[in-house]
Amino acid sequence: MVGKIFVTLSGLCCLIIVAIVIVILGNVAWHGWSTLSPRFFLTAPTHGMTSGGIFPAIFGTFFLVLLMTLAVMPLGIMTALYLHEYAPKKSLIVSWVRLAIQNLAGVPAIVYGLFGLGFFIEFVGRGIDRFFFQDQLTFGQPAIIWAALTLALLTLPTVVVATEEALRAIPFSHREVAYSLGATRLQMVRRVVLPQAVGGILTGAILAISRGAGEVAPILFTGAAYYLPYLPKKLNDQFMELGYHIYVMATQSPDVDQTKPILYATVFVLLTLTFALNFTAIWVRSKIRRRLRMTK
Amino acid sequence: MENNTGLTVRDLCVHANGTVILESISLEINVGEILGIIGPAGSGKTTFLRTLNRLVDLDEGLIVTGQVLMHGQSVLGKNVDVVDIRRRVGLVFSVPTPLPLSIYDNLAFGPRLNGISGSKELTARMEQSLRASYLWEEVKDRLKESAANLSGGQQQRLCLARTLMLEPEILLLDEPCSGLDPISTAKIEEALKELKKTMAIVLVTNNVKQASRVADKTAFFLLGQLVEYAPTQDLFTNPKDKRTEDYITGRFG
Amino acid sequence: MGKFSERAIEALIKISASISIVGLLMIFVFIGKEALPILTSAKIQQEAGPARLFLPQSPEPGEPKEFSWQPVSELPKYSLLPLFLGTLKVTFVALLFAIPLALGAALFTAEFAPDRLKEIIKPAIELLAGIPSVVLGFFALMVMADFLQKIFGFTYRLNTVNAGIALGLAVIPIIYTVADDALTAVPRSYREASIAMGATAWETAARIVFPAALPGILAACVLGFGRAIGETMIVLMSSGNAAIVSLALNLPLRSLSATIAAELGEVVTGSAHYHLLFFIGTGLFIFTFVLNLFAHWFVKKLQKKVLGI
Repeated sequence: MVGKIFVTLSGLCCLIIVAIVIVILGNVAWHGWSTLSPRFFLTAPTHGMTSGGIFPAIFGTFFLVLLMTLAVMPLGIMTALYLHEYAPKKSLIVSWVRLAIQNLAGVPAIVYGLFGLGFFIEFVGRGIDRFFFQDQLTFGQPAIIWAALTLALLTLPTVVVATEEALRAIPFSHREVAYSLGATRLQMVRRVVLPQAVGGILTGAILAISRGAGEVAPILFTGAAYYLPYLPKKLNDQFMELGYHIYVMATQSPDVDQTKPILYATVFVLLTLTFALNFTAIWVRSKIRRRLRMTK
Repeated sequence: MENNTGLTVRDLCVHANGTVILESISLEINVGEILGIIGPAGSGKTTFLRTLNRLVDLDEGLIVTGQVLMHGQSVLGKNVDVVDIRRRVGLVFSVPTPLPLSIYDNLAFGPRLNGISGSKELTARMEQSLRASYLWEEVKDRLKESAANLSGGQQQRLCLARTLMLEPEILLLDEPCSGLDPISTAKIEEALKELKKTMAIVLVTNNVKQASRVADKTAFFLLGQLVEYAPTQDLFTNPKDKRTEDYITGRFG
Repeated sequence: MGKFSERAIEALIKISASISIVGLLMIFVFIGKEALPILTSAKIQQEAGPARLFLPQSPEPGEPKEFSWQPVSELPKYSLLPLFLGTLKVTFVALLFAIPLALGAALFTAEFAPDRLKEIIKPAIELLAGIPSVVLGFFALMVMADFLQKIFGFTYRLNTVNAGIALGLAVIPIIYTVADDALTAVPRSYREASIAMGATAWETAARIVFPAALPGILAACVLGFGRAIGETMIVLMSSGNAAIVSLALNLPLRSLSATIAAELGEVVTGSAHYHLLFFIGTGLFIFTFVLNLFAHWFVKKLQKKVLGI
């Protein structure tokens, strides 16, 4: 009897959580849906963010995430390859790399923002300005490239973990076969391991992209802006971004009621983006698992 | 004096963390012969094979001492081109391990690693290897199909053909017929009898009868030691060591 | 593909792997570097030295001492105590809200729920994980604040409870996932042995499975704690951002990370305020780093004890 109460209570916990999720999503959809229109997606904001669209924010988010992905994917894949294929089994460096990855995953997002400011902008950016631009302020200021690199470091653990999971799923016998036919380690990795790891690597990429599109704290001081009359084209341009837009509009809008529809619609777009990405990642992952189960 | 010696093994020892896996193994493997290796599980037979093609390098913590010579050249040692050794000494594993590719790509895998990619040459070699493995008739029309569609016996013959694609001088087989149906087993044994004409073959088997059918010389391994090594007929009719006799007659297994 | 390119690529891979170690080190070095003046520069210390950060200060000579964070004023005040208190308060509320819900849900899906139900619940919780924190902050600011005010009659719309629950929502998925993994990792044989002796599902879960999974469950809570301490956007948007010294939950608060986010934009590079914000950031970094190490060590130790590994 007592047992039944607790079982019900634990089920209630699930119910509460699921209910809250539904309320949040429902609330956003309810208020945001009506503002969505082709114009919303394709035009820039006007009249102090009270009308127009959010195209620049969408563009900025895409450009940012693209740069981030170009940086993080090779790095993450190679790190995972090192951990799983190249490193001697019990070496100290392997445990350090793993520890570093775990800790990178736990660093607060705002600290990444501080790092972006203190390292990329103040150190690397200033250095570039001094050597290549006669000390003119070009890269030593908030820029989309610095924001992208900061996000790349933040999402590195995601890519490494997903890639390692994929590598682990490949039976060792496949590698042995390649070796016994005279493959070098690089040939074995290129021809046997990587083709089979593509699914997991893709999952990692999608999860990283989803995370990168949603994090705001790291880009607060490394390049995001609320209103720009231009689209970011060069690496040292600033950019508008969906998450940042939501934050500023929600907290610093002079007229909350006027901007509310656009605000809700922007949240709707961001949520749809991150969910679409997450669902794709989950779908890819389950397809891989299904295929693995069949070959076994 | 014609040198048709394939491999010469002298005082080969393998240990790990103080445990001895192989102790002072010395024998010869000649072209034109099949050497059968019998012995109970845990006797070091698989480790022996893996030493011959340097696959033992993948096993962490194993220390190998002694000499293995192929045509007078050392197989062991740090300065040896391990990749070259592995092409010249082929290994068929005890469990069929096709790669998740088509039959064609499985067979082409080895040659492609060596820069041989012309489809004419590849298909010619494939027919040769598949015929030698007694698999040609069964797959000649479905080379582009996935290797996973084949039965266990067919997959193992595919693995044999895949190894033959590299035209190895020495062929090692580690209990290749364990778990296979009798027809596939017979086909593989037939294939080996033909293949020994052009290469030296080492066949590890847990089936004593198979050794007596197929091998020219037989070696009995027990707990890492080479107990007895003689022409097959002599070993089976007149074993010199009591342990050999006990194993052959099934008193332990 | 000659031997040279093989070696070159292997070198590249090794370098890539070391970037994670180098990156972590560099984070510490480069934010620490900007934080150092708080401890080393006499000039900076006059304004924001450790004494001023941690000990009560009198705002004007003769007035009673107090802890006050008011960096933007004629006489800047830099006491960290309101910020510490704010961070701890909101984390406390968040964990109070999140841990029971997440553990309860994990227990339910791992032990009691039929597979069909699991397939609905798990994705739903993963959905929660996919909601960016800026959206949770938005929701707390626009919707939850009003709702809570209606129920509890708060004076201030944006307060500790509001921010705490929103923060709790962010933390639930992590605690849930790790706890669920820990529970499902408990070997089947334990459960089967218990049921074979006539125990109910609940008794098995409470007496056998839960204790066996305790290391992982504790790890889940610690991870949740670490995440809550460092989370910025939610608290920034929904807590009212008032640096006060109070334990009351119906009042606004200001957390350490939200302070950095709110003030770094307007601070003068090289000023005491600037260095102080980096100082806070370094503190957060060190704290989460140590917490992470501790959690791993602790879990390993417990695992040895409980499962005999």
